[in-house]
Amino acid sequence: MVFEYAPAPESAAIVDVRPSYGLFVGGEFTDGHGEPFKSVNPADETVLAEIARADEGDVDRAVAAARTAFERVWGPMPGAERAKYLYRIARIVQERSRELAVLESIDNGKPIRESRDVDVPLVAAHFFYYAGWADKLGHAGFGPDPRPLGVAGQIIPWNFPLLMLAWKIAPALACGNTVVLKPAETTPLTALLFADICRQADLPPGVVNIVTGAGDTGRALAEHPGVDKVAFTGSTDVGRQIARSAAGTAKRLTLELGGKAANIVFEDAALDQAVEGVVNGIFFNQGHVCCAGSRLLVQESVAEELLERLKTRMATLRVGDPLDKNTDVGAINSAAQLARIRELADAGEAEGAERWSPPCELPPQGFWFAPTVFTGVAQSHRIAREEIFGPVLSMLTFRTPEEAVTKANNTPYGLSAGIWTEKGSRILWTAQRLRAGVVWANTFNKFDPASPFGGYKESGFGREGGRHGLEGYLDA
Amino acid sequence: MPDRLSVRKTYKLYIGGAFPRSESGRSYPVADPKGNFVANASQASRKDVRDAVVAARKAFGGWSARTAYNRAQILYRVAEMLEGRRAQFVDELRQAGASKSQAAAETDAAVDRWVWYAGWADKLAAVTGSANPVSGPFFNFSTPEPTGVVAVLAPDSPLLGLVSTVAPAIVSGNTAVVVASEPAPLAAVTLAEVLATSDLPGGVVNILTGRRAELAPWLASHLDVNAIDLTGVADDQEKALREAAAENLKRVLRTAPGGWDAVPGTERMTAFLEVKTVWHPMGI
Repeated sequence: MVFEYAPAPESAAIVDVRPSYGLFVGGEFTDGHGEPFKSVNPADETVLAEIARADEGDVDRAVAAARTAFERVWGPMPGAERAKYLYRIARIVQERSRELAVLESIDNGKPIRESRDVDVPLVAAHFFYYAGWADKLGHAGFGPDPRPLGVAGQIIPWNFPLLMLAWKIAPALACGNTVVLKPAETTPLTALLFADICRQADLPPGVVNIVTGAGDTGRALAEHPGVDKVAFTGSTDVGRQIARSAAGTAKRLTLELGGKAANIVFEDAALDQAVEGVVNGIFFNQGHVCCAGSRLLVQESVAEELLERLKTRMATLRVGDPLDKNTDVGAINSAAQLARIRELADAGEAEGAERWSPPCELPPQGFWFAPTVFTGVAQSHRIAREEIFGPVLSMLTFRTPEEAVTKANNTPYGLSAGIWTEKGSRILWTAQRLRAGVVWANTFNKFDPASPFGGYKESGFGREGGRHGLEGYLDA
Repeated sequence: MPDRLSVRKTYKLYIGGAFPRSESGRSYPVADPKGNFVANASQASRKDVRDAVVAARKAFGGWSARTAYNRAQILYRVAEMLEGRRAQFVDELRQAGASKSQAAAETDAAVDRWVWYAGWADKLAAVTGSANPVSGPFFNFSTPEPTGVVAVLAPDSPLLGLVSTVAPAIVSGNTAVVVASEPAPLAAVTLAEVLATSDLPGGVVNILTGRRAELAPWLASHLDVNAIDLTGVADDQEKALREAAAENLKRVLRTAPGGWDAVPGTERMTAFLEVKTVWHPMGI
């Protein structure tokens, strides 16, 4: 007997999407002077809203508003008072959590189960966590009286729009900085709803400013001479450009960039748990995760068995409507990203790897890509070297732990890695040798505001989260 | 006329634990402040830079895997050897223009500075790491690790500035390629002799002498260098070097030159550390 799932859609009625949005500057929504653009629901390609595009002059206004707020209000304010604003924001995020989750899923394409259970709770937790630091900075290990840097220009990606906003804004504000934040072009809506939350919290005008736009707006912000600190999450290529443009200036920089994480399964691993971890590692958020476990390294003796169980598990993944509470894998965020995933998957086949996806009916409208695993992958293949940022897993094998570590580290990236084994000493031996900033052992894709996150090598520098996350926003 | 003719030292490079001349065959005269010839120093080339990076990379695995206690022991041994060569350093600093008392004071300070950093080896993790109280049944800890190969453009303070930039780079397990002071490189070569007799594995510190402006760009753009200390470069070169360093997202440190007398903070060590966070579930 087969039990079929009935659709269980979350209602979109809870969120009121306005037909058009301006820029949030100095506590007010204002017009942008660039050509407005549209944000699209990637699950059905409908236009959600028209969004103002900030040109250089708009960015300049936002930086000036942030500067004024820094000098007159937020910088001089006692940490205990800043803390209370951040606690207020955390509470309002909780109060409006369903609205935020639905809006995130509509704008981004991620399953409501993830936006509701992962993204939004972590957003609230992040503000709550950093709120508590605001009046304890002298105890953080950066000197007795560390000072804020000033105005932070923050540029975030489209994969976790509101969560990346929280990772950027919460520590910046706790340390006494003011911010100008640019959300990604394809996912601006939750940031604009967050602007409303700032107003409900009575956050002083200019402490948080949000400028929408594409790469040009981001460049104008990163290169603005009035910005003291640039925090960027996104591709390694853009990170490089920002690092170059900051050369010769006094700007401080933190960069959280790409990854190509190895997820290592040793022969003694609890295989069903490992399969769950592998699936979570690459199909969580459609694989739009910089720390995704996109390279599966399996010890040869269990490779066949693991692959079989993995395929069985992949066949149960439900791909479709992001607002359906049963959905495991939602929509690819944009047509451009879908084209990139297709191109790399095609390259995988062309280079000789074997491609497999479960039978999977994809909706006729919108941007979709079936969960995919490649076997017979060589380290030289593009699918083993390049960040795909999609639900595409490349499986390689190894014989010895040394070989696993060597292969895992054979990448210019170093953001994250996974280890699956029942032997404690092997976990620690492997974790010590992996050149990656976050190592998940017998788990994967776990995040917490108290846990520092960030990469080695070309995955960037600086840490977000925990005590370490304060350093990038303090003049220690 | 002296009773006997002294045997002069040939000042060479220090790469992978050996003392080669520059493969380019070049040298440059080092003079005292009055312009009198003191010695010829090797003038390292791009190829020497690459050889030094290869040696540093080769040494990284072993050095970073040593226990922190063992690194502390070896660095303390370096200080012992420095102390034993005190007279030689004083002479070389005097040739570089210091008075007798200045030279003695700088040598003493350099030895003491090295001892100070040696003691950090097994304390950095306690000071910069953490156990993180995450919201779930996980043990989660963060620990510092060396970033890899660090290029050090040492300042012109011939000994104190040199040890104040080299010791913090290697104490945590990094390996280093050091470009010594261009006008006053001799103490750096003598430091290399100290390192070579201190149980420090070959390749952990590699010391080049030569034209800073010629060597710095090769280090800044080298894709197997993880971090660069620009303290010793001229202001007008900083921007171009930072741009080159962006290619593989090197960690870049540049502190204002001078001020080597004060007891340092941890900044020169933490600049070349990565923080690794490890998660594991708790359960039965």
